[in-house]
Amino acid sequence: MHGLINRAIERFVRDTYGRGAWGAVMRGAGLDMTEFEPMLSYEGDVTLRVLNALAGHLDRPLSDILEDLGTYLVSHPKLEPVRRLLRFGGPTFTEFLHSLDDLPARAQLAVSDLHLPELELREYGQGLYAIDCQSGAPGFGHVIVGLLRALADDYGALVMLEHKGLRGGSEIIEVRLLSSEHASGRSFDLGARTA
Amino acid sequence: MTDMDAHKPAHTPAPPAPCAATPGAGAESAAMMDVLCPMHAVLDATGHVVHAGPTLFKIFATRPLIGVRFAELFEIKRPRGDGSMRALVDSAGQKMHLRIRGGARTDLKGVLVPLPPGSGPEGGAMVNLSFGISVVAAVRDFGLTGSDFAATDLAVEMLYLVEAKNAAMEASRTLNLRLQGAMVAAEEQAYTDTLTGLRNRRALDCMLERLTELEQDFALIHIDLDYFKAVNDTGGHPAGDHILCEVARIMVEETRSDDTVARIGGDEFVLALKRLSDPARVHDIAARVIERLQEPISHAGQTYRISASAGSVLSCHYDRPNVALMMKQADAALYEAKHRGRGRHIAFVSDMDDL
Repeated sequence: MHGLINRAIERFVRDTYGRGAWGAVMRGAGLDMTEFEPMLSYEGDVTLRVLNALAGHLDRPLSDILEDLGTYLVSHPKLEPVRRLLRFGGPTFTEFLHSLDDLPARAQLAVSDLHLPELELREYGQGLYAIDCQSGAPGFGHVIVGLLRALADDYGALVMLEHKGLRGGSEIIEVRLLSSEHASGRSFDLGARTA
Repeated sequence: MTDMDAHKPAHTPAPPAPCAATPGAGAESAAMMDVLCPMHAVLDATGHVVHAGPTLFKIFATRPLIGVRFAELFEIKRPRGDGSMRALVDSAGQKMHLRIRGGARTDLKGVLVPLPPGSGPEGGAMVNLSFGISVVAAVRDFGLTGSDFAATDLAVEMLYLVEAKNAAMEASRTLNLRLQGAMVAAEEQAYTDTLTGLRNRRALDCMLERLTELEQDFALIHIDLDYFKAVNDTGGHPAGDHILCEVARIMVEETRSDDTVARIGGDEFVLALKRLSDPARVHDIAARVIERLQEPISHAGQTYRISASAGSVLSCHYDRPNVALMMKQADAALYEAKHRGRGRHIAFVSDMDDL
């Protein structure tokens, strides 16, 4: 798994639960390091071991934790560059949803060896959408749910999101867009300098 | 986009208005062009702007655009010409390099085509503009948003790419810094004698090479412990290790911070003392070190007594200091000190050479 993903999990745990929790998780995963390098690659099972150790340490279902991770990626001030890169998907939440199909390609433009799961948006009309998330790593759909929830907030849109489980090898996320301009979202200036 | 419109001064026409300024059949095509090329301008036969796309209006939000000569708004850097309409039309179809006059010096790319009869002002032309590589600064300078670019324009993708690249570069830079830190630590370790924390043989060689390259004067004192084998024989290796650490501590205490103290063998040490050219001072230092090493050292209830012999050389005694030769001659002096009864320092003199 790409170091960026492992690093994201690490930052999420450190920023949310503290350094002590992260140390306990890494020991629980049987890993003798404490830090992931974002620009290096790691064996695939490392991520799974860390996540299982994390669920054990927090005594919470992994799906909930992954959803929190998705929310963290968009809403934590330290990860402002990630929010900005996602907001390039479009000026409205609806357009952002339409840009999800491009998300893996966009990620690869930035980091060529970063492979994100394929996402496919299906539109049923009247604000109802379904997203197929085809990943080799089940559970990614929950991250997407948390990420979309935070982004909807960011855009000021009112949505209902539901993870519908696995169907034919892909995770299905249902998106019900109740109002695309529910509240004023956070501003996004194309030309802003990022720290 | 709406918030930008609010900032627009009252004297500047709102984007849709100038469409009407284009007479006849031109009006409809101008409206089409506003969508397809929001940064285009229509010029009349004298080179004055008679119509402009909405993004161009945003760029000239604080100054007049309609009715002004194109060459007064933009410096035409290439192809070079006198800015006349005739020169502009001559360069039709070629890539133009332009710069906005006044204010932020934004570079633009452009292309001009003459208008066919009946599709706009007689003898006029249409110019389409783009920011090219200056898009990152332009978006900031003019407060542009995604809707200021044509739907097919790759400008927003380019902005995305710039930010994504910066974020990735930042991550790489952090990794490089950490790797560099690890490398420095590894190098430090490679140059350190792990038991005593003194420099090792490799570090000493590097240091001496550097000193001779810089033609700096220095003294070398080669020290060998006396009666050390007896410590190992009676107290075992723990006692021996303890003694070596005490010896190291004494040598560091008796030298200056920029001198080098190295352990180059089991009980062999070298002091490299910078900026020394006085044999008397070298002798004083060596004699003091030996004196201190002769003080009893306790370990695990046992008291040990050792001593040391030393031989020294001074770089200023050589026309061209050669590290290997200096080490050999310091060793010869040390041998002489042992030979004369140990516990003493002998400076090298030339008749020891062929021992």
